[in-house]
Amino acid sequence: MKSIRRFALAILLAVASVSLAADWISPANYRTQYREVPNAPPSKQHVLGTDSLGRDRWARLLYGTRVSLTLAPAAAAISTLIGVLLGGISGYLGGVWARLAMAVTDLFLSLPWLFLLITVRALLPLNVSPYASVSITFLILGLLGWAASARVLCATALSLRNSSFVLQARASGLHGARLFLVHVLPNLKPVLLAQFWISIPVFILSEANLGILGLGVTEPLPSWGSLLRELESLLSLHQEPWKLAPLLVLVLVVTSFQLVLSNEEIAT
Amino acid sequence: MIRRVLWLAFLMAMSSFPAAAQGGGELRFCLRGEPKTFDPLKVGDEPSLSIRYLTGGVLVRVDRKTQELQPELATSWKVSKDSREITFTLRPGVLFSDGTPFSTDDVAYTMQRLMDPSLHSSTADAFRSGAGAVSTKVTGNNRISVLFPAPVTGLDRLFDQVAIVSAHSPHKDSAVLGPFVVAEYKPGSSVLLHRNPNYWKKDTQGRSLPYLDSIRLDIQPNRDIEMLRFTRGELDLINALDAENFDRLASTNSQAAHDAGVSLDSEQLWFNQVSTAPIPAYKRAWFQSKNFRRAISLAINREDLARIAFNGHARPAAGPVSPGNKFWFNAKLTADRNDPAAALQRLQKDGFHLLNGVLLDKDGNAVEFSIVTNAGSKSRERMAVLMQEDLQKIGMKVNVVTLDFPSLIERISQKFNYEAALLGFANVDLDPNGQMNIWLSSAEDHAWNPLQKSPATPWETEIDRLMRQQASTSDPQQRKQSFDLVQEIVVDQAPMIFLVNKDALSAVSSAIGNADPVVLHPQTFWNAEKLTLNSSMRASR
Repeated sequence: MKSIRRFALAILLAVASVSLAADWISPANYRTQYREVPNAPPSKQHVLGTDSLGRDRWARLLYGTRVSLTLAPAAAAISTLIGVLLGGISGYLGGVWARLAMAVTDLFLSLPWLFLLITVRALLPLNVSPYASVSITFLILGLLGWAASARVLCATALSLRNSSFVLQARASGLHGARLFLVHVLPNLKPVLLAQFWISIPVFILSEANLGILGLGVTEPLPSWGSLLRELESLLSLHQEPWKLAPLLVLVLVVTSFQLVLSNEEIAT
Repeated sequence: MIRRVLWLAFLMAMSSFPAAAQGGGELRFCLRGEPKTFDPLKVGDEPSLSIRYLTGGVLVRVDRKTQELQPELATSWKVSKDSREITFTLRPGVLFSDGTPFSTDDVAYTMQRLMDPSLHSSTADAFRSGAGAVSTKVTGNNRISVLFPAPVTGLDRLFDQVAIVSAHSPHKDSAVLGPFVVAEYKPGSSVLLHRNPNYWKKDTQGRSLPYLDSIRLDIQPNRDIEMLRFTRGELDLINALDAENFDRLASTNSQAAHDAGVSLDSEQLWFNQVSTAPIPAYKRAWFQSKNFRRAISLAINREDLARIAFNGHARPAAGPVSPGNKFWFNAKLTADRNDPAAALQRLQKDGFHLLNGVLLDKDGNAVEFSIVTNAGSKSRERMAVLMQEDLQKIGMKVNVVTLDFPSLIERISQKFNYEAALLGFANVDLDPNGQMNIWLSSAEDHAWNPLQKSPATPWETEIDRLMRQQASTSDPQQRKQSFDLVQEIVVDQAPMIFLVNKDALSAVSSAIGNADPVVLHPQTFWNAEKLTLNSSMRASR
């Protein structure tokens, strides 16, 4: 299993490295429109062809991967942090705090997420740059996507609260924040990491879903979501299979994340 | 020899009656939504409109091909000089689908019901010219006059939308005068129409129309599925095909893909000029400047919009009326050609200047604004991104924002919290009276600055005057003259920058006979009573 995990990590690193090097290895700017050759098939000049506006698809895939791969972990970090603050601490405190936190979490989980995202996004100011817009989109995803992590962390913290080593530490006079930081938090770490890894592909797919609805990252900046919109038309795929490239990269990355995660869980 | 001649004569006779050879069968196509009503007088949505067209009998019909008015249930009609009265002579011997005779009573009953305010009919709104009731007067055996309290411009053409309902039939809700009758409705699934056995129209050989036995309308909002089913042969027609699906179809089955030419629909950009809008004052000053708006118009490459965003199935728009509207189009107008240098010259007149590739106004504010459009419309999103690049060439920074439709409408028509909007008009009415709600400064849909108490600018005052002037006369040439001037003012002032007019694209199976797609709704089935299915298709259903 270790070799699979290494292989998955290698893929993630390779994809991340190539996308981070987009400025140097990209054959064109992601926004340059070659208006004479829209919808061109792959060629020497454009290895994955051009999109409907004549933009180099390979360049857009490189930059789109960078956007999604950079910001999805950031959003995952935000949601996990909120999860540990709300779920972890309330679970550690137990009693009414835990019940209150779970009630809030249940409420959040019951909300229709897609509509909430669309509504929140519609309330944003209009004049923001594409970079700010993409950051805001992932920030919203992070701020709204903590509930599942919080629930798991709360349950884990509750079980830790009554574990023998915590009771022993408490009997030794350790209380409050110090007890949480020294004994509970380190034991939450494996769950916390697992939640972080799980959240990354979830946010990538959420942004992709928003992108398919035309509500993701704003033009001309690419993201996996906006690139996947080309697949909306089921009928063209057999004629233009190279349009599947972003989907293949997405599947590869999400699968790699899952493989890394499953081994992470096994390790713990 | 004689036998051969007779055989030849028989074959010739058979070939001269294609319809007779191909009668019967079931035509299938999709409605893109649930019909909201089957009451022809309440129709407001497109699916219901299609059903009304197929089932409703009208006194006069706008021929979808020639765009001229043709007699239907009325053999003749006359509009009074003051446009307050129209007199119809009705076709004798016509029966409703249930066998009830058609008479002047039905016309009177239809008008009375249509104009009843409690019905909330959008069809009736076009007839509401002034305070007072609409009345009818039977002036002879088959003659009836409809009297209005005030002049109604384009009165006769409005009756194209009025399907006559029965006054005396025991089955009032289902009795129709059109070629088909609703036989079955499965909510969320389909509507089945059967041939009206009492339909009055006959073909040139005296054979009863319609040729088809039935029409199945499947309710299917997903256009990709609709296209897939068409390519499998499960559907026979697709209206308003988008450019991508059209090209895909043309590449595999060129005979099925039909481009009827430029449609009435337009796509346009406008800037928010509402004085109370929550936008910075310096931006409002830009948007209220004619030079700024005209510069934008000159900087946009309309040829590229038509070629790239619509795969070449659109034409650069010259003005508010499409050349598809044969009578009302102002042929003097031409679309602005892409000319960034001329755009910059225009901007310089208002003190704008370039600094390191960034356009600044006279106070040093960098020119940056957002264009909002609805999410999910690929062609509009593409147009917005193309314009973003075009305007960057003259130093403008444009942010493209796609919003879900309700949020977009709220911003542009209630909160006025936007800077520029990109949307389209889907015109179904040829007459400019149908556009009063857009051009009058007091109108709700006067998009760039609606509901003005008095016109904000002299040119809007002039547009108001000309629109009212054309509405106050029944002389077509006088009306045309006034509306031509409106179009010229709109192009000169560019409160709306008209970008492209889309082509009317459709798909028609090669199994369908007599199909002749046109630009006007309902495009492919405007002559439904004359459509036929070939024998193999009939056998397969």
